[in-house]
Amino acid sequence: MSSSIHINRDEEQTYGQSDRSQLKVFLGYAAGVGKTYRMLEEAQQLKRQGKDIAVGYFEPHGRKDTIAKAAGLELIPRRIVAYRGGTFQEMDTTAILSRRPATCVVDELAHTNVPGSERSKRWEDVQVLLDAGIDVMTSMNIQHLESLNDQVFQITGIRVRETVPDWFVKSAAEVVMVDATTGALLNRLKRGNIYAAEKAQRAMENFFKESNLTALRELALRQTAHELELREIASASEERRPQQEPSSASPSSPKATIDRILIYVCADASTAMLIRRGRRMADYLCADCFAVSVIPLRDHSRLPKQDRDAVAKHLNFARNLHVETRILEGDDAAETIVDFARRNQITQILLSRRNHSSWSRLFGTDLILRIVKEAKDIRVIIVSERRRSNYTPAHK
Amino acid sequence: MVNDSSQRPSPEQLLAQIQLEERRERRGKLKVFLGYAAGIGKSFQMLDEGRRRRERGEDVVVCATQPQYPAEIQAILPRLEVIPALKTGESESIDVPAVIRRHPQVALIDGLAYDNPTGSPNAYRWRDVEQLLEAGISVITTVNLQYLEKLRDEVERITGKRAPYSIPRGFLDSSADEIVVVDAPAMESLLHGATPADRAARLAEQHKLSRLRELALLVAASVVDHQLESYLRSHGVDQPWGVQERILVCVTPRSNAVEMLESGRRNADRFQGEFYVAYVQQPALSQEDRAILQQNLDYARKLGAQVEILSGLDAVDVILKFAHQKGITQIFIGHSMREGGGGVGCGATKLTV
Repeated sequence: MSSSIHINRDEEQTYGQSDRSQLKVFLGYAAGVGKTYRMLEEAQQLKRQGKDIAVGYFEPHGRKDTIAKAAGLELIPRRIVAYRGGTFQEMDTTAILSRRPATCVVDELAHTNVPGSERSKRWEDVQVLLDAGIDVMTSMNIQHLESLNDQVFQITGIRVRETVPDWFVKSAAEVVMVDATTGALLNRLKRGNIYAAEKAQRAMENFFKESNLTALRELALRQTAHELELREIASASEERRPQQEPSSASPSSPKATIDRILIYVCADASTAMLIRRGRRMADYLCADCFAVSVIPLRDHSRLPKQDRDAVAKHLNFARNLHVETRILEGDDAAETIVDFARRNQITQILLSRRNHSSWSRLFGTDLILRIVKEAKDIRVIIVSERRRSNYTPAHK
Repeated sequence: MVNDSSQRPSPEQLLAQIQLEERRERRGKLKVFLGYAAGIGKSFQMLDEGRRRRERGEDVVVCATQPQYPAEIQAILPRLEVIPALKTGESESIDVPAVIRRHPQVALIDGLAYDNPTGSPNAYRWRDVEQLLEAGISVITTVNLQYLEKLRDEVERITGKRAPYSIPRGFLDSSADEIVVVDAPAMESLLHGATPADRAARLAEQHKLSRLRELALLVAASVVDHQLESYLRSHGVDQPWGVQERILVCVTPRSNAVEMLESGRRNADRFQGEFYVAYVQQPALSQEDRAILQQNLDYARKLGAQVEILSGLDAVDVILKFAHQKGITQIFIGHSMREGGGGVGCGATKLTV
C-alpha cells in the first residue's frame, strides 16, 4: 500500500472571469509583427472613447510608426534601477498603482526584471496590477509560452529562457493574434525597422530564418485558436450551471472532463519536458492533471540527495504550471504509480522515454515495462524528447 | 542535407517550374486580409498598410472603399490616392480600365466579395482583381471567410446561413498569394453591429462568432502549414517539424481497435490535427481475422481517417518509417502489437515522436 501526501491543490482555473479586472494578451510570433503598434492603436481608440488609460511600459525599439502611435497617451515614467555598476529601466509598478488608471498598457510580458527588483518577472508585476483592479493590455510572443518551450527549441534551436506560465495566459479574458506574413516581417527586418543593421543581419541568420518564422507563425495561430476554444468550453459550462456557486473546492472540473493525466516525476532532466507536454495535453483534452513522484517507504535517505533535490525542483516546476502534485511512498514505483492511478481514475500515464537508471537500480526492474504491463486498463504514453536534427537549410 | 538522386526533378518538371515562376513574376501579388465578421478591423489594417507603403515610396492607390468608416480610418484616407469607383444606382464597381491606365504598383480593394452591377464587364469583383493581377498590379484586399467557397459549408454549419456569393477555390490557391488573419474578440465586433436585446440570443450570437473566429485562425494556420511544407521541400529538408499534430493509430485484427480509433479521432479533433490509420500486412490471416480487420478499417474510414495499408518484414520499422514520412507526432499502438501479437489488452500505448 502507498500513502499519498497532499501537497497542493490548485484552484480551478477560470477563463477571463476575474470579477474586477481583465487581462488582454496580444500574441505574436516574433519581434516586429506589430503587437505594440496594435496595442497602442487600441489604447488610442479607448482614449477617444473617454476611457482612463495609461501606458505602464512600452518598448519603442526606435520604431518610428510605433512611437507615433504612442503620441498623446499618458506614459508613466520608468523606474531607474542600479545594478552592478549599470543602470536599468524597469516598469514602475508602485507608480502605476498610485496613479491607478482603469486600463494599463504593459509591453513585453515575458520580460525578466533586473535582479533586486521586487518581483523577478514582469508577468508577476502585471498580476499585481490585475489584483489591484486595473485592466491590463499586454503583448508577448508564442515562443515565450512555457509549455511550448521544447517545441520552440526543436524548431529554432534556441532555448528560450524568458517564459510565461500557461495558466497566466489562460487567465486572460482575451488572447488576440497579431498576424503578419513572414515575407512582410523579413522586409521590415531588412529595412531596419525591427533592429539596427548589425543585429538584423545576425537575427536573419538565426532566429529570423524563414522556416523558423513560418513554423512559429503556425504555432501562434493554432495556440490562439486553442485559447479561444478553451474559453468557449468554459463559457458553455458556465451557461449550463447558472444557479450553482462556482466550486473552487470540488476536485471535479466544471468542464466535461473525460481524461485524467498522470505525469511521472523522477530525477531525470527529461521530467521538465514531460511536465510541459502533460500540461499541454491536459489543456487540449480539458483533463485533470497530476505530477506524481514516488519515494522509498520509510527510509528516504536511500535516494541520493541530488536526486531528491531534482525531484523537488521538478515538483515545484509542475506547481508553477498549476499541475497538482503528489508524493507517494512505496518501495515498488511501478506498483505505487499504477495503484494511485487506479484509485484516482487516471486514464493516461505519461512516462519519459529516457532511462530511469538510478531509479531502476533503486526499484529493481525497468519501470516503463512494468507500468505498461501492470496498467492494461490505462493508456500509457511514452514521450520521447523532441530532438533537433542538425541541418542547415541550403541557402543560395 | 543531400538530395537523393531519385528525387531530382526531370527536365520537363524543371521547364514547367521555370514557366510557372516566370508567369508568377509578371503577375501582381495578391495579399488578403482574412476576417470572420464586419467591424473587426480588416479595413483599418489594410488601409494602414497602404499608408505605410506609400510613405515608404511605393505607388499605392485605393480602388474600392466601404460606404462607412470609423474615425481611425477616416484619418488615413486623405493620405492615400483614390481612383473613384463607377456608380450604377446604389452599387459601385472598380473602374478597371482607369486603374490599368494609372497602373500603380499596389491597388487597395476593400471588400473582395462583391457582385458587380448587372451589365458590368465582369460579373464579380474577384474577376476584376484577377484582371489587375494579370496586368502586373499587386492587390491588397479584405474578405470575410464565409465568402470563400471552400469554407462555405463549414460556415453554414456554424451560422445556419449561406453566403449569397462566393470566391472560387482556385482564386486564392496560388502559392504566391498571401493571407493575413485579422483577429479580434467577438464581443468587440458585435458591438459595431446590431446587438440582440435578450441575453440568450446575444450569447448564442457570440458563440457563433467565436467559432467563426476560430475557423479563421485555423484556416490561416493550414495555409501557413502548406507554406512551411513547401519551403522545407524546396530547401531539400525532409524533416517534419511537428507544428501540426498528426495522429497515427496502428490497427491489427486483434487490437482493441474501436476504442483506439475513437480515442485517436478525439485526440485529432482536440489538437486540430490530421488523423491517420495504418495496418501493416500480416501473412496468413484467418477468415475471421480478415473480417475483423476489414471492419476496423471501415470504421476508421467512417471516422474520417486517412487509411494506409503498409507492408514490410518488420512491422515496427515499417510504422516508424511511415510516421517519419508523414510527420506523425503521436502514434497509438494496441497491446497486442506491443506484446508481439500475443495477448489482447484493452489499453494502448502511445508513443510521442
